[in-house]
Amino acid sequence: MSKSSLNTLTLTQTIEGLKQKTFSLQELYGAINQAIEQNNQKLNAYLTLDDKALAKAEKTTHLPLMGVPIAVKDNFCTKDFRTTAASKVLDQFVPQFDSTVAKKLKEAGGVIIGKTNLDAWAHGSSTETSGYGRTLNPRNPNYLPGGSSGGSAAAIAADMTIAAVGSETAGSIRQPAAWCGVVGLKPTYGRVSRYGVAAMASSTDSPGPITKTVEDAALLLNFLAGHDPNDATSSPQQAPDFTAVLNKSIKGLKIGVIYQDIPGLEMVNEKLSEQLQVFKELGAQLETTKALDPRYAIGVYTVVQRAEVSSNLARYDGIRYGHDRSYFGPEAKRRQMLGTYTLSKGYAEKYYDLAQKVRTLFLEDNNQLFKKYDVLISATSPGFAKKIGATEGAAMFGELEDMLLEPSSLTGQPGISVPYYRDPKTHLFLGMNIVAPMWQEQRVIQVADAFEKNTQWNTWRNPL
Amino acid sequence: MVKSVVTPKDVEHIAKLAKIPVSPTEKRSFATAFEETLGVVNQLRQLDVTQTPTTHQVTGLENVWRDDEVDETKMFSQQQALANGTKVHDGYFMVPRILEEKDV
Repeated sequence: MSKSSLNTLTLTQTIEGLKQKTFSLQELYGAINQAIEQNNQKLNAYLTLDDKALAKAEKTTHLPLMGVPIAVKDNFCTKDFRTTAASKVLDQFVPQFDSTVAKKLKEAGGVIIGKTNLDAWAHGSSTETSGYGRTLNPRNPNYLPGGSSGGSAAAIAADMTIAAVGSETAGSIRQPAAWCGVVGLKPTYGRVSRYGVAAMASSTDSPGPITKTVEDAALLLNFLAGHDPNDATSSPQQAPDFTAVLNKSIKGLKIGVIYQDIPGLEMVNEKLSEQLQVFKELGAQLETTKALDPRYAIGVYTVVQRAEVSSNLARYDGIRYGHDRSYFGPEAKRRQMLGTYTLSKGYAEKYYDLAQKVRTLFLEDNNQLFKKYDVLISATSPGFAKKIGATEGAAMFGELEDMLLEPSSLTGQPGISVPYYRDPKTHLFLGMNIVAPMWQEQRVIQVADAFEKNTQWNTWRNPL
Repeated sequence: MVKSVVTPKDVEHIAKLAKIPVSPTEKRSFATAFEETLGVVNQLRQLDVTQTPTTHQVTGLENVWRDDEVDETKMFSQQQALANGTKVHDGYFMVPRILEEKDV
C-alpha cells in the first residue's frame, strides 16, 4: 500500500499496521491531513480541526488505540477544544471538561483529530440545518449526507479519518451511515454514557461508532461502552467484548424481515429481498413478518423528542456560556416551542401522554417479535440520499426519513446500518437496519459482519 | 379526524413561555408548521391505548443515587467557571437587569 493512501485503512488495519510498524504515525497523519486538505473545504465535514493531533498521537502509542485519529461529532464536549453543537449559540464555547466518550477515547489512546458537522443541536436528518453550512455526501456531492451525524459519516466515506463517533436520538447514526455507504451502530440506550453530550432527547440519546466496517464498529464500541456514574441512565451491567462475535456462523439464527407491506418502500424492499438471500445461504432462517406500522412512530417520536428538547434547551440562557436565545436557528426554535406547547396545561394529556402510550405499544410489539426472532431486519431509510436543499420548507423531513429507525430508538433497542446496495449511476448507497433486543449488540454485529463479509457492498473490503 | 388549530397568537404565547424571540413572519410560518406537525401526531388517535400504560424510560433503572460526597475532580476553579461567560466582571457573571427602579 502506498503511504499516501494510508487514510483508506480501516481501524482494525491501522492498529495492526502500527503494531507491525508497517508505517509510522507521521505517515498515517500525513495521508489523513492530505485527504482533509483536499476534501474538507468542499464537503464541510469538519467544523474544527486539531492541528496538534499528531503531537498528541505520538504520546499515546503505548495505549490500545495507539494514537489513531478519530473524528467526533461536535455535540460531544471536548476539554479546551471548541464545541458548538453546530449552533451559533455555542459559537465560541470551549468546554472546561471532557464528555465521557471523549475521555474514554483519549484514555484508550485515540486522538480526536477534529469535530464534525451536524444539524444544529442534532435536530435533523440532513446536516443541512447546521449553523455552519451543510455537509455534502462524499459519494456524490449533489446529495446530502443525512444526519444528524452527517459530518462523521462524510468524514468516514471520504477517508478523512480512520474511525468516527456520532450520536443517535432516532436515526442520527444509522441514517447518515446508510446515505454515505458506511457502517453506523446505535448501541442500546444506556450502554454508552451521555455525560457531556449536548442533550437532545434524554430518553433516547445514544452515542455510538460510525466506521468503515462492522468489525471496526465492534472494536470502537469496546472502548465507548460501560457504566458511568456521571450519567444516571447509563447501565451498571458489564459490557461484553463486542468483537467476540465477529466471523461467527449465523447458521440457525432466526431473522424476521419487517416493513415489507409499508407503502413507499417498494424500491428499497425489492432490492433488500435480493440481498437477503445471502442469509439463507449462510444457514439462517428468514421469514417475512408484520410489525407495528412505523408511521405511528413518527407521531410518537415527534412529541417525545420536542418535549425533551424544550426542557434540555431551556438551559441556554447566554449567561454562564454561549450566546442568548435569539441565536437559535429556526429549527431549534420550532422544536422547543412545540415541546413547550405539548407539555403545557391541557395539552400534556392530549399529546404527550398519548405518545408515551403508543411508545408502550412499540415496546410490546418488538418484545413479542423477539420471542420468535433473534433479529429484525428492514431498510434503514425509505430511499437513497436526498438532493441538497431537500429540507427547505419540509417541517417533518427528518421524522419521515427516519421512520424505519424511530421504533428501535423509542424502545432503546440496538441497531446497526450496513450497506446493501450501491446505485451504479448516482454512486449512492442503501443501508440495511438490523435490530436486536436490549443489550444484544453482539447479535446485530454478528449478523451485519456476516452480511458484509459475504457480499460486495463494503467499499473498503471491495475497493471500487 | 381531529384537527389541531394553531394561530399566530398561540405561537406568540408559546414563544413567551419558551423565552424565544420570534418575528411576525415566524409567528405565521410556525403556526402553519405546528398545525402540520400536530396533524401527524393526531394520527396516533387511530390506535386504542385506553388500557395501555405510558413508557417514560426503557432501562428499568430506578432510584439512581450517587454518594453524598464532594468530588473535587469535577469541581471548576473560579477561572474555569467564568471562562465561557460572555459578560464577566470582577469574578462575577453579569446578568441582564430584570428589575426597574420603579420596582425596587
